[in-house]
Amino acid sequence: MIKYQKTKGLSDKKTHYCPGCTHGIIHKIVAEVLEEMNLLDNTVGVASVGCSVFSYDYFNIDMEQAPHGRACAVATGIKRVLPDRFVFTYQGDGDLASIGIAETIHAANRGENISVIFVNNAIYGMTGGQMAPTTLEGQKTTTSQLGRNHATQGNPIKVSEIFSQIDGVAYVERIAMTSPQNYRKAKAAIKKAFTYQLAGKGFTMVELLSTCPVNWGMAPADAMKWIDEKMSLTFKPGVYKDIDHD
Amino acid sequence: MSKQLLKGNQAIALAAVQAGVDAYFGYPITPQNEVPEYLSKYLPEAGKVFVQAESEVAAINMVYGAAGAGKRAMTSSSSVGIALKQEGLSYICGSELPCLIVSVMRSGPGLGGIQPSQADYYQATRGGGNGDYHLIVYAPESIQETIHYIKEGFDVADIYRNPVMILIDGLIGQMMESVDMDVPYKKREIPAKTWAAMGKKYHTGQNVINSLSLNPDHLEKHNLDLQAKYNLVRKNEVRYELINMENPDYVIVAYGSMARIARSAIETLGEKGIRVGMIRPITVWPFPKEAFAKIPATCKGILVVEMSLGQMVDDVEIANRGKFPVAFYGRAGGNVPAPTEVEQAILNFGKLVRL
Amino acid sequence: MKEHRLTFNNEACKGCGLCVHFCPVKILQLDASRMNQAGYPLVSVTDIKKCIGCTFCAMMCPDSVIKVESIDE
Repeated sequence: MIKYQKTKGLSDKKTHYCPGCTHGIIHKIVAEVLEEMNLLDNTVGVASVGCSVFSYDYFNIDMEQAPHGRACAVATGIKRVLPDRFVFTYQGDGDLASIGIAETIHAANRGENISVIFVNNAIYGMTGGQMAPTTLEGQKTTTSQLGRNHATQGNPIKVSEIFSQIDGVAYVERIAMTSPQNYRKAKAAIKKAFTYQLAGKGFTMVELLSTCPVNWGMAPADAMKWIDEKMSLTFKPGVYKDIDHD
Repeated sequence: MSKQLLKGNQAIALAAVQAGVDAYFGYPITPQNEVPEYLSKYLPEAGKVFVQAESEVAAINMVYGAAGAGKRAMTSSSSVGIALKQEGLSYICGSELPCLIVSVMRSGPGLGGIQPSQADYYQATRGGGNGDYHLIVYAPESIQETIHYIKEGFDVADIYRNPVMILIDGLIGQMMESVDMDVPYKKREIPAKTWAAMGKKYHTGQNVINSLSLNPDHLEKHNLDLQAKYNLVRKNEVRYELINMENPDYVIVAYGSMARIARSAIETLGEKGIRVGMIRPITVWPFPKEAFAKIPATCKGILVVEMSLGQMVDDVEIANRGKFPVAFYGRAGGNVPAPTEVEQAILNFGKLVRL
Repeated sequence: MKEHRLTFNNEACKGCGLCVHFCPVKILQLDASRMNQAGYPLVSVTDIKKCIGCTFCAMMCPDSVIKVESIDE
């Protein structure tokens, strides 16, 4: 009896992600949920710009590549004209919270029935390790070489907290991608977000605290430890809004 | 077939609905605010989509999403708002998607003014987005002509899988004219959108709307394919009008409201015994270079008049190939030349010749 | 105790070691003497009889390398 195998929601293409990068795990979870909910043939995904720019090569669904930051506007366009399709975006911290913050907040504010998978690894991976809006105070990056200083560079942005305040948002949860137990939590959260979209409840978002082993300069398992021991102190995991239980 | 007095911006909204637009995404900006205002009422009534986006950037990206999903999508804006859409337009061209953009020009640069202008000719025809791409650009001179090109523009966009821009100025958007919304328009044949990303069960295989290609040879091939498409547009879609072109002493080149003003000047100059013709580009991209071969050798020169300090004049010089002297007259800042100014420009032609 | 079978799609492996880290019975290890086309060290199973079929290795693998099956009598 098969207890675990690769989901049909992912293609055969070997990913370009670095060894141990949690993008791979998150892709799997999203693809598994789409497969289990029978959505693969009725979904339009929106790819963003960052390490996951090639996600359209990995997900076995129709996709549209969005300009950097604009995924929630692109998803709005798709969902408004095809309201019976399942529409999600897959975005990193620069895409969603830096250049795209306006498009993301306004899609949430309008209560667009889209689901956002937010991969937060506190750094800009694809471009080589620059500071991100979610980089921690004191964290060294290629554009904060002495460590992020809130006096001149601002504080890390707490996306889940902000979005929990917006009326059009139905559900926001933050989970650390750091263990099999959290894998199950992430999968349940993503399934809930997707179910809420199908029920027309509004904007849903799951924030995944993710690793960037290469740019953090850590081995993959150590990077997960860093999330649990350091990153989670600033970005506390938990449910920030649930329209059915608040 | 009844005529009604309509404001340009309202006629644009009605024409879009008649053309079967599925979705409008836009943002308020003077002098085109009536376009989203009327569509915010007409579209929901027709069971279609209207969204006032949070910015022109968001609006063009919503258009990109809806177009990629296989639907007829449009936006409208003016000058400084069109500037914000340049990234999106480059993506839409690179991804080969259809859509319609109405650009109602106001004066610039920067925040500029709200009065009419033609100083976005470069923006429309040279494009501010990155890469080798073109928008197909119609520059109607009247509200009636605008109504026609909105309908034809949606079809042309679908046929070539490319954005179409309707380039007018604030005069056309704001004035009221007697128009007939029901002048018959013969719909063109449009291929099915089997390429759209709308869910795998609606087509075979996987559809991805994308403009990214990291392999130089693949990207070059894509660019060459785009150019082949643009060459088809150059071959098939050039539109222009010739006015009074038998033995003119001078030829004016003007488009949009400027052409209408020039028509008055042509009449009064004719009464003074000076024969002036006009080449009126209707498509400014592709530019009607072929029209310039029709200028007889007896012509003394070409006068380009624009509500700018000279943008279309570059395309005229290219089309002219050094054959005739080219003079330029323009006003800026939102000032609209009077017909007498165009007359004077012809009478003072020698002083206005470009070096 | 039920027996389990682990199948590895070795060409997809990037030697990240997450499966090794999360295996609760510590039966996986990176083996530098085995390498795939991309040059990554592959994972060897030291004692399959100890496998409890928790699938933690397969879950935490970012590259869907591992298939876990229980062997039913």
